[in-house]
Amino acid sequence: MNHKMFERNVVILAIAILITVSIGGLVQLVPLYTMEVTIEKVDGMRPYSPLELAGRNIYVREGCYLCHSQQIRPFRDEVERYGHYSLAAESMYDHPFQWGSKRTGPDLARVGGKYSNEWHVQHLMAPRGLVPESVMPGYPFLAKKELQAADIAQHMETLRTVGVPYTDDQIANARADLAAQARGTTGDVEGLQGRYAKAVLGDFDGNPARVTEMDAVVAYLQMLGTLVDFTTFKPEYGRR
Amino acid sequence: MSPASAGVAVQADVVSYEDDVIRKFVIASTFWAIVGLLMGVIIALQLAYPFLNPPLEWFTFGRLRPVHTSAVIFAFGGNVLIGTSFYSVQRTCRANLFGGRDLANFVFWGYQMFIVLAASGYLLGITQSKEYAEPEWYVDLWLTIVWVAYLVAFAGTLLKRREPHIYVSNWFYLAFILTIAMLHIVNNLAVPVSWTGAKSYIVWAGVQDAMTQWWYGHNAVGFFLTAGFLGLMYYFIPKQAERPVYSYRLSIIHFWALIFLYIWAGPHHLHYTSLPDWAQTLGMTFSVMLWMPSWGGMINGIMTLSGAWHKLRTDPVLRFLVVSVGFYGMSTFEGPLMSIKAVNSLSHYTDWTIGHVHSGALGWVAFVSFGALYFLTPRLWNRTRLYSLQLVSYHFWICTVGIVVYISAMWISGIMQGLMWRSYDHLGFLQYSFLETVDAMHPYYVIRAFGGILFLLGSLIMVYNLWRTAQGKLRKEAAFGEVPGAPGILPAAAE
Repeated sequence: MNHKMFERNVVILAIAILITVSIGGLVQLVPLYTMEVTIEKVDGMRPYSPLELAGRNIYVREGCYLCHSQQIRPFRDEVERYGHYSLAAESMYDHPFQWGSKRTGPDLARVGGKYSNEWHVQHLMAPRGLVPESVMPGYPFLAKKELQAADIAQHMETLRTVGVPYTDDQIANARADLAAQARGTTGDVEGLQGRYAKAVLGDFDGNPARVTEMDAVVAYLQMLGTLVDFTTFKPEYGRR
Repeated sequence: MSPASAGVAVQADVVSYEDDVIRKFVIASTFWAIVGLLMGVIIALQLAYPFLNPPLEWFTFGRLRPVHTSAVIFAFGGNVLIGTSFYSVQRTCRANLFGGRDLANFVFWGYQMFIVLAASGYLLGITQSKEYAEPEWYVDLWLTIVWVAYLVAFAGTLLKRREPHIYVSNWFYLAFILTIAMLHIVNNLAVPVSWTGAKSYIVWAGVQDAMTQWWYGHNAVGFFLTAGFLGLMYYFIPKQAERPVYSYRLSIIHFWALIFLYIWAGPHHLHYTSLPDWAQTLGMTFSVMLWMPSWGGMINGIMTLSGAWHKLRTDPVLRFLVVSVGFYGMSTFEGPLMSIKAVNSLSHYTDWTIGHVHSGALGWVAFVSFGALYFLTPRLWNRTRLYSLQLVSYHFWICTVGIVVYISAMWISGIMQGLMWRSYDHLGFLQYSFLETVDAMHPYYVIRAFGGILFLLGSLIMVYNLWRTAQGKLRKEAAFGEVPGAPGILPAAAE
């Protein structure tokens, strides 16, 4: 073929470039949406509760993913260190995904339930108070800032438009659920747990007077990796 | 070449090029280079000495790191790419910029506004937390408008060219502009929570978002930091060396192979994750194949010096350009190596990746940009030469040492940490806690910060040199590279 055709006509050159650079992306991206095996069938996955969602948004805001991965690889050492390797299903409601690409700090995919609420609060306030070798920044301002979540239902509706299956019931009760989870004792706790199985309750930051950003972040950390029921998970589901 | 092209060459002097805006791009590139490098030094020091994270929310590592990456990639790199493409497209087409001064100025100021909006957002916590695609929806929309204006100015100039052929550097610049547009739009598709708020949710979820992100992310490397800068290389190395491009045929082959193969390489950022295996294998295979067109570009750049190697002795600007291509060759060998799954199982999540990125970003992108800035400044400000070639040489050596210190520290710390994570004691228990690996990193974080400081110092010398050059000052110094007792080999001696 004579290359003059491309060198002498901008339009032909541009079209040829666009075709050339489209192929790889189409082959790699489209099947991820069309192949049913891309995401394993598991029991237990649910969308984030309103408080967890607010906490996740703070995790996103602070760029935690720059130092903490949320993706355990299927290696002996990683599984021993962090727990069962991560499944695609576990991030199916994540907009955006937060798998990360660097472990300056440890993986957090299954950090939920490993430490107490108090440990997380103390650690976020002053990491080197608990872990002298840590290089993590302190986040004392989280405990001072009131959680701004008046529009949490709107966030959930937006997530529903991009595919997260929040029900009308969940959206209608968003603010009440958020308050109930953050206080742990008052409010419609049963309703909350019906809508969000395994939701961890508690006044996470130890200050019952108000709901802070610290409450939300700890609620999020405490649920990470705890949802999927691995007693019913068969590894062959992951063969794809 | 058609016989007609020789006839047209006679009218070369009638074209008046739109150079005012390119002076602005040169100034902005220099400014953002220092900002980006300074941010890098700050966050490197934060990792070495964590008390440098103030208890203020705006200056933690998590918020400053995107400021560093965006400032060096999009602010420094982007200004260099747009500025050099506007400079070379006019000359290789012998036509002034399409859209004239107004469109060019819109692209310039629009792009600076994009940078300021993005960076100020990061400090305030407005981010999508998608690596290298952090700006929120409204900043993304603004960048799309500016980018289309850039495409119109660039492609419009190509359309009204008075040369029969489109020069090779322009193929690369065009591929860079078009592909970045495609990647940017698809990866950033998001639904805002409200039209008056900053927060949005990306339309892709989980594993699909991961694949889309690294399809974007790796090709930000492939098209922004590679194809774009190869366009720069194909114009500025032949100009500075005063030699034609080594092989026209090689440039055709490696151009099409490079842009075709690069797009497939994204999944190597997701090895052993919950991305399906078939996608990982495709990503690895194409990443290894990518080695060939990458080295095609390196060979074409370096061999352009055939018959002009002696110029390296007297021209430190050419040293920047040639060594940059050397670093390009090195990192495009290291990249395919790290994309092999067995190697990646060790390197992923460690500082090895950070070292790899910096050998490319500092050694290739920054060095080739410095070469172009040294080339452009005397010409754009109508000066006979640079203020001082001696200072260019100091800049070159200080930065080269800085890079070597930086990447060596990251190789050691990355490979060490990877090995520590997977090591078992004789009883079959994990030998090291995570914390012990963090502790072991400390000396290398200090060394890395030192390497970064050297690079910043070298670059400050460049700023001073360019500033004096623009002022029209000439430093009194002996002809560069003159060796006492060795007359006759240096072109400078003839002056």
